[in-house]
Amino acid sequence: MGYPHPSHPKETVVLSKYFGDAAARTHKGWVERGGYEGLKKALGMTPEAIIEELKASGLRGRGGAGFPTGLKWSFMPKGDGKPHYLCCNADESEPGTFKDREIMRWTPHALIEGCAVGCHAIGAETCYIYIRGEFTDPWEVMQQAVAEAYAAGTIGANAMGSGKRIDIVLFRGAGAYICGEETALMNSLEGRRGNPRIKPPFPAAAGLFGMPTTINNVETLAAVPHILNRGAAWYKALCLSNPKSTGTKLFSVCGHVMKPGNFEVTMGYPMKDLIYEMAGGMRPGRTLKAVIPGGSSVPLMNRAEAESALCDYEGIVEKGSMLGSAGFIVMDDSADIVYEVYRLAKFYAHESCAQCTQCREGTAWTTKILERILKGQGKQEDLGLLLELSEQMTGKTICVLSDSCAAPIVSGIQKFRSEFDAYLSRARAPALAGV
Amino acid sequence: MSAGPGVTHGTEEAHQPVFVGAAREKLDALFPKFPTKQACLLPALWIAQQERGWISGGSMAEIATLLDLTPAYVRGVVTFYTMYHTHPVGRHFIQVCTTSPCHLCGSDDVVKALLKETGCGELGATSPDGRFTVIEVECLGACGFATPILVNDDFIESTSPERVPGILAGYR
Repeated sequence: MGYPHPSHPKETVVLSKYFGDAAARTHKGWVERGGYEGLKKALGMTPEAIIEELKASGLRGRGGAGFPTGLKWSFMPKGDGKPHYLCCNADESEPGTFKDREIMRWTPHALIEGCAVGCHAIGAETCYIYIRGEFTDPWEVMQQAVAEAYAAGTIGANAMGSGKRIDIVLFRGAGAYICGEETALMNSLEGRRGNPRIKPPFPAAAGLFGMPTTINNVETLAAVPHILNRGAAWYKALCLSNPKSTGTKLFSVCGHVMKPGNFEVTMGYPMKDLIYEMAGGMRPGRTLKAVIPGGSSVPLMNRAEAESALCDYEGIVEKGSMLGSAGFIVMDDSADIVYEVYRLAKFYAHESCAQCTQCREGTAWTTKILERILKGQGKQEDLGLLLELSEQMTGKTICVLSDSCAAPIVSGIQKFRSEFDAYLSRARAPALAGV
Repeated sequence: MSAGPGVTHGTEEAHQPVFVGAAREKLDALFPKFPTKQACLLPALWIAQQERGWISGGSMAEIATLLDLTPAYVRGVVTFYTMYHTHPVGRHFIQVCTTSPCHLCGSDDVVKALLKETGCGELGATSPDGRFTVIEVECLGACGFATPILVNDDFIESTSPERVPGILAGYR
């Protein structure tokens, strides 16, 4: 387990404070660093008070959608007599994103603490943490940490002596990007194929095993104890640009930068500084060409958009894309946009669950058309065809995987048209061989 | 004996039960954690794969009986997930990430080096000595450590063509 680089002086370290500190992985080490204070405090509060505190903090979901966490928790029914479930989405598989992995392997108890607080707040006795199958290291670390938390009585039949039962169960995925979609995740946990479900019913009404369920991302849950410890006002004040986006956020920066990694900054931080200062900027002699900022499922940003964007939910929308899971895929002038768009389409075609026609056919055919263009066999009408297919793939399916495939294709054609034209006019040599 | 993923012909040898002894105890310990038996399906498949290296039709049928499901249903679930092997693979199963972030950082060269050094020659094939199988996979979630590879359960970060021979030496 390598990593991490020391924090950049301009980072605001809350979640990542103990990344690299192996002693923080143990229950004892976590308690020594002030861990489980947030849970202790939470167990002395009513669920309503916790939810109000979260609403006041402005915390929004860190998995991609940015839905207000306190509001999501408030949707859970009260006094219904049914078992409630909390699911932690640790299926991090969005290309470009690798932040939850670091939270789990360096500060597993931060996640356990957040899950335990969440259970209390939504009236659940069980939290399932769904960890993608490929994450073998985080799996080991989490297993060890959960065992320690049980042994210490922090969770279990009488969590921290509160009289409340809080069980945390780890669940290993088996290789399917779509299981990061919340309803697919629930199906997978139930022992089914990971097909997303039609909503409504929403999970708070009928989720896991048909019971009221809340699903939160790892980073969201890990932030919760800090908010309870230091107060909503403190968290809300962590904001550089827009009061709708508060707190700190882990940004994963990868691709063509000198120092890829996770950087934790206050919401509203300039993307330019994140890329050029913290991530070390471009390789010598190279210039920035494009950034896909939300993991791969959002529109590409060109250089001007990226260099002027502020990193929060609204700031990135203003510059033509979306924050998503905040994994920045950075491309310099050596990148072939057509190839990268093709590679992403291929990813989505592979990962489509194939339930919806628009997605099953759309991801496959856009991939084939892009492949044809890269082989030097494209036709002038191909770009129109790609845009038409993308239109059919947007907003018409059970989940947004199909939209996610369309986003880089449409924005790629709109913002980097000349690169597509170069293949179509045969001015550029084919990037792919074949007949 | 196997024609490809998901296809198992009638020549499969008689199935020896997987869920006996320690493997059975592992499965039994899972039941209280879930309100349904079916929810133990993915964990049960993991146990079978850990025990046998792959999940045969016989293992699927055995799991189906244990969890009150049908063999066809179990097969449907198995084939949905890319990490379950429906046919035998090399002793060391290597998965290389080649999704966009890793592609930008040169994952194609890592693939080439792995295919050459293992003797596999092509993706999905098992090396003549039976030691290695190399496949391309989609995003392994470690894009800041390009190019990550999984050798069995060992997650290896920041590989490069130059590092490949050294890494493989540890598995010979």
